[in-house]
Amino acid sequence: MSFLSLRAVTKSFGGPAVVDAVSLEVERGEFFALLGPSGCGKTTLLRMIAGFETPDSGAIVMDGETMNQVPPHLRPTNMVFQSYAIFPHLNVFDNIAYGLRKLKLPKSALRSKIEVMLATVRLEGLEDRAADQLSGGQRQRVALARALVRAPKLLLLDEPLGALDKRLREAMQVELRAIQRKVGITFLLVTHDQEEALSLSDRVAVMGHGKILQVAPPRALYERPNCREVADFIGEINFFHATVREIATTGVTVNAGILGIVTLPRDNLTNGIKEGDHILLAIRPEHVGFADAGVAGEITASTFLGERNHFQVCLAGRSEPVAVSAAAAPSGQAVHLSFPPQFLIGLPSGD
Amino acid sequence: MAQTGRNSAEGYSLLVPALGVMALGLAAPLALLLLTSLKSQSGLGFAQGWTFAQYAAVIGRASYRVLFLRSLLISGAVTILTVALAYPVAYFVAFHARRKFVWLVALTIPFWTSYLLRVFAWKIILGFNGLINSGLMRLHLIHEPLSFLLYNPFAVVVTLAHAWAAFAILPIYVSLEKIDRSLLEAASDLGDGALRRFLRITLPLSMPGVIGAAILIFVPTTGDYVTPELVGGPRGAMIANLIEVQFVGAGNWPLGAALSLMGMAMVAVIAGLFVAAARAGAKAAR
Amino acid sequence: MKSLRLYALAYLAFLYLPVLVLPVFSFNNSEFIAFPLSGFTIRWYQGLAADTAMQHALGNSLKVGFATALLSTMLGLAAARAVTRYRLKGAGAALGFISLPLFIPDIVLALSLMLLLGAGGLPLSLAAVVLGHLLICVPFALTVLIARFEGFDRNLEEASADLGEDPWMTFWRVTFPLMLPGIVASLLLTFITSFDEFLLAFFLSGTEATLPVYIWGQLRFPERLPMVLALGALILTASVALVILAEHVRNLGAPKTTVGA
Repeated sequence: MSFLSLRAVTKSFGGPAVVDAVSLEVERGEFFALLGPSGCGKTTLLRMIAGFETPDSGAIVMDGETMNQVPPHLRPTNMVFQSYAIFPHLNVFDNIAYGLRKLKLPKSALRSKIEVMLATVRLEGLEDRAADQLSGGQRQRVALARALVRAPKLLLLDEPLGALDKRLREAMQVELRAIQRKVGITFLLVTHDQEEALSLSDRVAVMGHGKILQVAPPRALYERPNCREVADFIGEINFFHATVREIATTGVTVNAGILGIVTLPRDNLTNGIKEGDHILLAIRPEHVGFADAGVAGEITASTFLGERNHFQVCLAGRSEPVAVSAAAAPSGQAVHLSFPPQFLIGLPSGD
Repeated sequence: MAQTGRNSAEGYSLLVPALGVMALGLAAPLALLLLTSLKSQSGLGFAQGWTFAQYAAVIGRASYRVLFLRSLLISGAVTILTVALAYPVAYFVAFHARRKFVWLVALTIPFWTSYLLRVFAWKIILGFNGLINSGLMRLHLIHEPLSFLLYNPFAVVVTLAHAWAAFAILPIYVSLEKIDRSLLEAASDLGDGALRRFLRITLPLSMPGVIGAAILIFVPTTGDYVTPELVGGPRGAMIANLIEVQFVGAGNWPLGAALSLMGMAMVAVIAGLFVAAARAGAKAAR
Repeated sequence: MKSLRLYALAYLAFLYLPVLVLPVFSFNNSEFIAFPLSGFTIRWYQGLAADTAMQHALGNSLKVGFATALLSTMLGLAAARAVTRYRLKGAGAALGFISLPLFIPDIVLALSLMLLLGAGGLPLSLAAVVLGHLLICVPFALTVLIARFEGFDRNLEEASADLGEDPWMTFWRVTFPLMLPGIVASLLLTFITSFDEFLLAFFLSGTEATLPVYIWGQLRFPERLPMVLALGALILTASVALVILAEHVRNLGAPKTTVGA
């Protein structure tokens, strides 16, 4: 049985629903991410799980118990806030120990618990530091330690790395993953950064306009997005309009305009699409190849990115350039592009 | 994050005590004031029935009109004088002072002392046998005490300009402090000298603070009682002194009420016109 | 700019001139407040120690001051919390209404309250003075407390709840300690405002004078002036000390900028 179960949870603040009949299952011990652009409802959903907002309808079930009426201080969850919410009038030790007051531990037991936690987040020796003397990265770790020391069943993280600079963020991502593995607690992370979600999580739920669009492990999301929003949000992708001519077990034949008639594997077509439907054909830039023969086009921009080059290629009859990512730059500006059918994905066109 | 929905009731209930006190101490009394102004004095009480007689009396008597005019002129003079004198100081603290906090504290400390005592101190300074006169006589700069210093509008204006200085300095300082310094650097980069920069950038951007200060000073000053009473003499009397007379002893409460409301209305109208003019001026300048 | 600095200093001198009159002439050994100075004396202060009427008025001022400080801070605290922590429609209008007394001449406030008392058959008294003072002190308290609430990360109370504390313990362990400097500052500022206030007390206190009303009564006796100045000098010193204390407390524990990552 899953640990956290959301059943048709809905919430609105007096207008259209911010969270629209969301259902989700999170397994025990998973590192799960809620990914989406700002305003998609992910933070509201997180706050409902923590208990700071109440759903208008639907149920939030943790470990078999319905939590809707339970106030935040009695839930088995702990949260790392986006602003960290470090208590400014307490030092590091007291901040981390804050939630342990009720346990009434003897001093020595408390001290050793805190010290273990300080070591886990790599803040040894800083227990007497005042809150206002901590750097951003340190505050983030204090917030994490403070939540983890209570050994919650579910740890909620609200865009925890957003305020850190790139280097620190990447280092913290690695640490966060390591800590989760070590501690074994279920982590639920909310973020708008798709790289972060994909690199940290076991599974990701992509949200848009209050709804869950797709739930899958990172690789599946990247390779098999099920709709335009998800494909667009995760990494970069090229879209072509096409019409389905025939669906057979051997493959799906589509009329893809400038790409001609193409046959893709049956699995590459999202379920529910029928013959005659308009679809979007999608392909990642790194799967588009330069070849001697294929669709003719002209390179209009190229960017050197270290290990790869990124190109924009204009095709006749298409206003938007095609993004191509390749290790080597072809000679000259006039090129031919190949679109290997095994990498073409068929998505609903959403009209 | 702010709570919503069912917790709004909690929020409103927290607001109710303060609003309740205000309703009791402000709304109800002002309503009573309005009602009183529509009555007539009869012996020690009010006559039956409602009337606009008091308002007619206020508008009709020349001496009252003169008093209103004088009050408006005095507060206008105080406002202009105070703002004009305070602006350079606020400018100095915002742009040139190194220890701004110390300057601000030093500038505001005098205003935390009793207003009454400060007015009284001016009376001592400006008096016939007061500090200025005795000092100048001692230095043999004059042979007879100057009599124009006290018990006239001049004394009232000087005293009030002193009393309201902090209310001018702070709003102007805040609006000057908010000006993005890079705007001035850009102006300089585009060829403007110091005076031009001040006239084209600093002054216009500090206008909200100046206007705020002007309103903050003008509105209460017209209704001031203590200063004209102590240093104004008959020639420097303002509306509040006349109003007070109506309420003390066996005066004429309805007349006093009408005077109060007329005074407040006049000030509100003028302040409103001023703000509107300032806004129109700002729009035209764009 | 040098000339600007000079101007600022001259302005400062102009501001302090009348204020300094009080201490200087309170030690002056002469009944007349004029130049030249006549030598140092403390007899005026000694006279104050014997002045029972003055001390009674002082007692009244303290009673009114404490009551006003306490009540206005409590009302202000509730209202500040309401406005910053809840999304209330009409919050702006409510705040405007509460701040209205600052834009109405004191004399109108005083006289209207007198009418209210008359209509209700209530006598002029210190309680009436407290009501009048609340009108001008609550806006002050509100300003200080709203600023304090807004500088307070809202997540802190949620974090406390998240970490297992019920609302009462959250208030005690997080909200109250962080609000305390603001509360103390509000108490001090409203106390001073009430203590120094003259006009409302003049019209509303009836037979029980507060200190400023007592001083007003003394002003027409020239021989009592030096003692009035001595009293004024004492009040001045106390007010200044309290204001400096209030400013210091107000900035205690205010969130400071953190060191860069």
